[in-house]
Amino acid sequence: MPETVGVHIPPVMESGHTYASVTDHIDGIVLRRRWTWVWLAAFGFTFALVMLLTTAIGWLIVRGIGVWGVDIPVAWGFAIINFVWWIGIGHAGTFISAMLLLMRQDWRTSINRFAEAMTLFAVACAGLFPLLHLGRIKFFYWLVPYPNTMWLWPQFRSALVWDVFAVSTYGLVSLIFWYVGLIPDLATLRDRATGRRRRVIYGILAMGWRGASRHWTRYQTAYLLLAGLAAPLVISVHSIVGMDFASAQLPGWHTTIFPPYFVAGAIFSGFAMVLSLAIPMRAAFGLQGFITIRHLDNCAKLMLVNGLIVAYGYLAEAYMGWYSGNAYESYVNLNRMHGPYAPAYWVMMTCNVLVPQLLWFKWVRRNVPTLFLLAFLVNVGMWTERYVIIITSLHRDFLPSSWGMYYPTFWDLATLVGTIGLFLCFFLLFCRFLPVISIFEMRELVHSTAGGTRPPPTMEPKHAH
Amino acid sequence: MPTDVSAHPSAAPADLFGLAAEFASPEALLAAARRVRAAGYTRAEAYSPFPIEGLSHALGFARSRVAMIVLFGAFIGAVGAFGMQWYANVLSYTWDIGGKPPNSWPAFIPITFELAVLGAAVAAVLGMLALNGLPEPYHPMFNLPQFGLASRDRFFLCVEASDPKFDLAEARQLLQDLAPVSVGEVLK
Repeated sequence: MPETVGVHIPPVMESGHTYASVTDHIDGIVLRRRWTWVWLAAFGFTFALVMLLTTAIGWLIVRGIGVWGVDIPVAWGFAIINFVWWIGIGHAGTFISAMLLLMRQDWRTSINRFAEAMTLFAVACAGLFPLLHLGRIKFFYWLVPYPNTMWLWPQFRSALVWDVFAVSTYGLVSLIFWYVGLIPDLATLRDRATGRRRRVIYGILAMGWRGASRHWTRYQTAYLLLAGLAAPLVISVHSIVGMDFASAQLPGWHTTIFPPYFVAGAIFSGFAMVLSLAIPMRAAFGLQGFITIRHLDNCAKLMLVNGLIVAYGYLAEAYMGWYSGNAYESYVNLNRMHGPYAPAYWVMMTCNVLVPQLLWFKWVRRNVPTLFLLAFLVNVGMWTERYVIIITSLHRDFLPSSWGMYYPTFWDLATLVGTIGLFLCFFLLFCRFLPVISIFEMRELVHSTAGGTRPPPTMEPKHAH
Repeated sequence: MPTDVSAHPSAAPADLFGLAAEFASPEALLAAARRVRAAGYTRAEAYSPFPIEGLSHALGFARSRVAMIVLFGAFIGAVGAFGMQWYANVLSYTWDIGGKPPNSWPAFIPITFELAVLGAAVAAVLGMLALNGLPEPYHPMFNLPQFGLASRDRFFLCVEASDPKFDLAEARQLLQDLAPVSVGEVLK
């Protein structure tokens, strides 16, 4: 396809790469890179945060839910905010690996692997919170339908029970999808590893993959179907999370726009996290040739689109608060803008509506430090959004006599910071022990962009024609 | 593991798995696969570092049954999920929630959908692995010293000794004519 005159589109991969060079570059990060002080320091720091998380969870179990700031009327605090934030972040990974695959976006190839890992770790962090939030964690299995001596079942008409199934399906499918994508690359690591221990471990994980043509055909069918199955999960999981709120009677929650607006917000925050991880990662491992400005630019554009949908959601909420003529609905909106939690509302508006408008400019999308800062602000903004939705709706609902305030405690903060540490700790380990870019799909990309090896002198047998 | 291409043993050794040719490009492998198939070999397999369109079909692979297995998995997931909710709310313990009928099926759809997806996804992976015969701890192809490159930048075609048409000298001649990088015997 001829390029439009005057418009420069950066490539999805720097030119001159062959099957061998992409393989050696990416598996070299795992197999031949020395331990660096930066990695060890980062790992040590994030591991300390994991210890903080285990302490916070331990204290919660020992002392009970009272160590958190939740109370009546605000019974959903940091735990639910963090749950929604983390599960939302995961959605961009699935969006990249499933939806962009189905839409044949070849630029997805070099970012899907680490985005899927991000999804997995984000879901792992998210999955902790509903369990911790139960208060009596030892009864978590009551959420699962199983024949029991009490003859009771979960309440299947509740969006909260749907959530149990949606989140566990999402976690499992993300894990399966990620592992299936890894199998051929694990075979590459097995074949290229020099130490016996590594060969055995990668060999077991690769399950004897040898790239047989019949295997590839079945593999591709299965992978494509998995993508087709994961794509509706992006929509359904966060819609159900939205319904957790929308099915309540509470002003500020009881609104039909929640499911689609939650999905857009999820993908918005997810792309912000993809950029927050990709930018340092490509610098640390010298991956600028594979994760190019084109990728950052495209992620930024998708962030802008989803940010606009989120902005529309805010507008619709404010409009419905006014147009409904309902005193409680309009009060929630006024309270958000002018009440005791107004700073959170304006931080949210600044980070999620105002700042992303900079992404209309090409120089912002292609300026790496600016983009990194912007992605950080969107992450902050999206966390604040969930704070605004949950806290401001709960703290002043119908009867002024039952109004109250919510203040997070040290243990609330420790749990939030601890999960950020857990997430980054997992990610650092992933960068060290597994290929951060899908190697076989990069070889495919080399093939389809007509690079690869030079054609050998005689491609066809002499008497073929 | 002799890779000496000049030798011409007339009879195949008993522990021979097949004769493998190594190529440097996917185009060469695809052309070779077509030639081998046209020469009448039915038990040949190609190995490549990434999927190559049309390669398995060139070797006579009809169609994969993965899609049917996935459909079956989705069906099991959906029927199981709806059945579980219906049984729980209609038969086992009728529970009046907001005056809804016991079989309030629209409320059962989200879980039915999620478990259909889960059933299909698990079926896709287990079906793909089972049909491929994985995990497989041992395979003779790994005895070929250069086979490690099959996961990097080399493309292999192996004519298996179990093929009814297999004759070592004839197969060697056929593979040599395809201008490979190397030809080697693969031992069991």
